Amino acid sequence: MPDEIYLDNSATTRVDPGVVGVMEGIFLNEYGNPSSLHGKGVQVEKLIKEARRSIASILQVEPEGIIFTSGGTESNNLAIRGTAMVPRRRGHHIITSSIEHLSVLNTFRDLEEQGYPVTYIEPDKRGLINPEAVAQAITDETILVSIMHVNNEVGSIEPIDKIGEVVKEKRRDIIFHVDAVQGFGKLPIYPERGNIDLLSISAHKLHGPKGVGALFIRKGVKIKPVITGGGQELGFRSGTENVPGIVGFGEAARLAADGMEEHSQRLNSLKERLIERLSSSVPDAIVNGALGEESAPHILNLSFPGIRGEVLVHSLETRGIFVSTGSACSSRKASTSHVLTAMGLKEAISESSIRVSFSIFNTQEDVDLFVEALKDVLKELREIYRGY
Amino acid sequence: MYDVILLRYGELALKGENRPFFERALKENICKALPNIDPKAVKRRHGRFFVDVAEEEDIEKMLSALSKVFGLVSISPAVRLPLDLDAIKEGAFALGRDVIPIGGTFKVQTKRANKGFPFSSPEINKEVGGYILPRLAEAKVDVHEPDVIIDVEVREDYAYVTGRVIPGPGGLPLGTSGHGLLLLSGGLDSPVAGWMCMKRGLSLTALHFHSFPFTSQRSKEKVIDIAQVLTGYAGELRLIVAFFTNIQKEIQTKVPEKLRVILMRRMMMRIAQKIAQREGALVLVTGESLGQVASQTLESINVTNQVVDLPVFRPLIGMDKSEIIDRARAIGTYDISIRPYEDCCTLFVPRHPSTRPALQEVEDAEAGMDIQALVEEAIEKSKLIIVNGRNSCG
Repeated sequence: MPDEIYLDNSATTRVDPGVVGVMEGIFLNEYGNPSSLHGKGVQVEKLIKEARRSIASILQVEPEGIIFTSGGTESNNLAIRGTAMVPRRRGHHIITSSIEHLSVLNTFRDLEEQGYPVTYIEPDKRGLINPEAVAQAITDETILVSIMHVNNEVGSIEPIDKIGEVVKEKRRDIIFHVDAVQGFGKLPIYPERGNIDLLSISAHKLHGPKGVGALFIRKGVKIKPVITGGGQELGFRSGTENVPGIVGFGEAARLAADGMEEHSQRLNSLKERLIERLSSSVPDAIVNGALGEESAPHILNLSFPGIRGEVLVHSLETRGIFVSTGSACSSRKASTSHVLTAMGLKEAISESSIRVSFSIFNTQEDVDLFVEALKDVLKELREIYRGY
Repeated sequence: MYDVILLRYGELALKGENRPFFERALKENICKALPNIDPKAVKRRHGRFFVDVAEEEDIEKMLSALSKVFGLVSISPAVRLPLDLDAIKEGAFALGRDVIPIGGTFKVQTKRANKGFPFSSPEINKEVGGYILPRLAEAKVDVHEPDVIIDVEVREDYAYVTGRVIPGPGGLPLGTSGHGLLLLSGGLDSPVAGWMCMKRGLSLTALHFHSFPFTSQRSKEKVIDIAQVLTGYAGELRLIVAFFTNIQKEIQTKVPEKLRVILMRRMMMRIAQKIAQREGALVLVTGESLGQVASQTLESINVTNQVVDLPVFRPLIGMDKSEIIDRARAIGTYDISIRPYEDCCTLFVPRHPSTRPALQEVEDAEAGMDIQALVEEAIEKSKLIIVNGRNSCG
């Protein structure tokens, strides 16, 4: 049996050893500042260019549109605040969904406090956003629509292409932003096809390093930088480039893109095996969110009514298995996940939810061992919670 | 400028024949509070302690550490001057420039213990005040309610000038009242209860009940962080983490819902009493406040108390939650206590706990449990964590 079974890959992933190898060389040898005039700077600038090209080719966009940032949160902030801050003649209404990652949701809430009118689109009970609902929310005043690609808690894949279409049908000049942090490298997403103006991605969700991400900015789209300074990254993101991170990101993205189809099939088969094993061994497990074509291959959200997600996480942890909860606990009352709540799940369901998320490093054996452990732990906990 | 810190202690002075005992303990605690201090730099004279300041840039750190030494009533950084009026005037002016706010008021107040000094107290007041006033733009003298009192003390060997009084925590030197065992959770109350007992001279061992996987690793980290704050007052702290998981399981499976909390409290007290014996503690300290929750009604406290012979101090018994919160803020534990991790008291709390449990029904409910074995297991599987705070004396 392996020492640990890591099934929390939506939180973060183990860095690919190949990526570490590439980064080590940068730390030790190519440590120049890309802004320097001398050869050591030029050498490093080339490496950044390669990383930019590798990421751009996956998205099928021009490399100049890729701006490196410190990660998904910064990319989302740059996209949303950057758009909101551009002076406009027409309105400042902005639209998002109620199931976004907090780096989007709390940025919208902050802008709302500053006076921007905000519409939050509610999902259906599978965690899917209806493009029609987005279309109906758009007014003459609307300047920005921001909808995520894959929901990080339940794995639902939002109909981005369709949403992009309805947004641009309403008006070409509405900016369409997509937080693609969870799906990038695992599922195809193309700004061209989806009418996407801005797209956020992050390295550490696909076996790259933490602390680096990127924002795709379509040519001609106006946004204001959030971080000002020396004018790096075409002025959109000042600050000396995180060269090892960027190069590591490029390498991780390349590895992910090269194997995307095969990886996707493997992840899917892990997920299918898990669902199948659960239905025979733990029949009272409830799957939250969309399934099949409408869901990402690596995320599965489950509930076990009567058992709190947090307790389940810790119990599995004692057996070397790492998953996460859908909802975080505060003192007496479980503060339930905003995503599950928005999907209309009952409190008993959402406070007992856990999220299992796979990576290509997981095996079929991991799934079997997880189900076995889950069965034991549930039996034990059910006895303790009896009558609770 | 500052070359000495003056430490005043109050209540100790009244302790009659035991006074040397308290003063020795206080001196030791002062040494412990100051990392790398040479014990010779701490002197007692004229019913005060004087601490020599070797490096002036350390002074704020020293003052902050000393403001947490129980037994001290107030602390003042001071300038030490030769017995010469001109030197006193110059020194008082230098200090005044530092402590009198722009546009603020001051007065000079002299105490002349050295009657051989050729000027009287009123003369010194006048001379020193008259020297400072024209040299500090916008400063004014106010003899009734000044912003700052410039204190001049003329002693046998030196004169001391101070202008800033930092309150100490008061109370009695830590350890002079004996040793106790604090039941420490991650909540707001128990750290405050521990602090209040420490203030009255009680040194403490802390005991925490951990119920992983029902509570998280982070809830234990939270308790360690709280203990770390308490070491600012206590020096080093022994934190014992008792294994409570199986007791929790046993109670959940065998005990009626409404009695679970009270049974849990009784188990905690039993474990605490045994550990207290091992730690040489003569008292248990808890954070209970009368009527705050179901387990803190008079009936519940009575039933809980039945299982212990040691006295139980409950220093928060008469405090409101808001008073406890204010105190937790002042001590520095508040921000840690409000972190959102469960401790074992909160996770299994039933919807309707009994507020008036009868001893008989509680004892009946316990009958099916092997109490002795559970208590022994909890102690046997407990872990000791030494939480380090200050450095020790030279």
